[in-house]
Amino acid sequence: MRSVEVLAVLLIVAVLARGLLADAMDSPVLQSWTTVFISIVIQAMPFVALGTLLSAAIAVFVPPGFFTKALPKNPVLAVPAAGLAGGILPGCECASVPVAGALVRRGVTPGAALAFLLSAPAINPVVMISTYVAFPGQPSMVAARFGASLAAAVVMGWLWLRLGRDDWLRQPAHHDHAGKGKLMAFVSAARHDMTQAGGYLAIGAFAAATLNVTVPPTWLRAVAENPVLSVLALAALAVVLSICSEADAFVAASLTQFSLTSRLVFLVVGPMVDLKLFAMQVGAFGRRFALRFAPTTFAVAVLVSVGTGALLW
Amino acid sequence: MVRQATRSVILLLVGGAILKTTISGTFVRYVKEGMWPLLYVAGGAMVLIAVLGLVGLFRKADGHGHEHGGRFDAAWLLMVPMLAVLLLAPPALGGFSVNRTGSALGTAPANTDYPPLAAGDPVRLSVLDYASRSVFDGGRTLADRNVKLSGFIVAGPDGRVYLARMRINCCAADARPVKIGLTGALPGGLAPDSWFEVVGKYDPRTDLDEVSAEKIPYIAVASANPIAAPKKAYE
Repeated sequence: MRSVEVLAVLLIVAVLARGLLADAMDSPVLQSWTTVFISIVIQAMPFVALGTLLSAAIAVFVPPGFFTKALPKNPVLAVPAAGLAGGILPGCECASVPVAGALVRRGVTPGAALAFLLSAPAINPVVMISTYVAFPGQPSMVAARFGASLAAAVVMGWLWLRLGRDDWLRQPAHHDHAGKGKLMAFVSAARHDMTQAGGYLAIGAFAAATLNVTVPPTWLRAVAENPVLSVLALAALAVVLSICSEADAFVAASLTQFSLTSRLVFLVVGPMVDLKLFAMQVGAFGRRFALRFAPTTFAVAVLVSVGTGALLW
Repeated sequence: MVRQATRSVILLLVGGAILKTTISGTFVRYVKEGMWPLLYVAGGAMVLIAVLGLVGLFRKADGHGHEHGGRFDAAWLLMVPMLAVLLLAPPALGGFSVNRTGSALGTAPANTDYPPLAAGDPVRLSVLDYASRSVFDGGRTLADRNVKLSGFIVAGPDGRVYLARMRINCCAADARPVKIGLTGALPGGLAPDSWFEVVGKYDPRTDLDEVSAEKIPYIAVASANPIAAPKKAYE
């Protein structure tokens, strides 16, 4: 059967079974699950749309040699330059994944594109301002977040230059746009990126919503007193909750029983490694890449932010 | 070719679902109210790309008619949230989430110099404003005033009754509750998750939240009336 027909049958069945479905989802747990699941997806969609329109525009309108000319020739210098450039993309992590994918396809050295991928959602002005607002009277948190996030992103970029292998990266096979008009090539690239990024986002939202309604929150209180456990607990919480980087500062601010350092870890890890981001990285770069990249990023982000916290507080 | 058409239709449905929840106003159950312009742009962009894509496919129907059979296409996964929004449209988070997360007023604001309450008897306050004035300012500005609060009922430990509101900063995944203990003239039949408007005075009593160990302030209730759940459930 062709996929359009499968889609039509699926939609008819879903509409007919609507009553059954609503009854089945009537318990408080399942209702809360559905609400959280939908809210993660809806909240991320504007940024997915922004990121994929941008990535499609890069793929179609930016000439192939542009980024290699704009970035320093030396890859070791290109990494921090790309990391800093992340500060100009005013979105959250859902926007930076497709853009980083487009950068790699346009010939940017993967180490630099990955530094951009990690820094963009963490150090852009919108995130800096929301962090400042969420931590009144503690501007050092803004500086710490900026410094630790940028440092972790650059370290990861350099690590990739040294240890990364290009065959870990799956280059999504974009159709050849030659022969179509620029506009149709753009539409087709945007459609591809939107449905792929969106689909993987749905997987991540599924996992995050499940943990959101099942993990007992009392666990957090139990570990808040212990300096080592509290850092690991908030790092794990950042991965699990998958909150948008523009909102995570408010959640960190409300975790008052935790030390500033462990809350900094939460703010640095969250935009770099979380469940929905992991799913989207699998979609953009392949499983072999994500399985190596995400755990390493997690470790680097935790170490860098603990070091920053030790220096500052 | 066919796969492109399917993707276009899925994208059209997802964009349509976003526009529908935004236009009907149910989106405030899931994300912050101020996101509406972004949602129009996102939903509109998806619909536009989908329609342009379909037009392009029909205009040159001679293209390669094969599907890259077998390989999993992530686009299908977008059907899950799309159908959930269109068919289920679940309500805003309520008592279940309140009991999981515990009261979360956060840190005291840098400036605890709360201005006097507005005129009015009773004066309407948000649950958050009442709780902040009670916990961070010892109820100084609340003394002897009749205040009116609205929220939903949450059953606390040892038969205590709380009035709660959820706060969100971005979306329901970051929702945190603020609770206020009810004492005084409480009517019978305060069913959990039902919405009430209470009028009462400041009460210096406090509880410690079981989950978050934060202070929960109290109000001495003079009257409590059931109300319909508001469209905008979050504060």
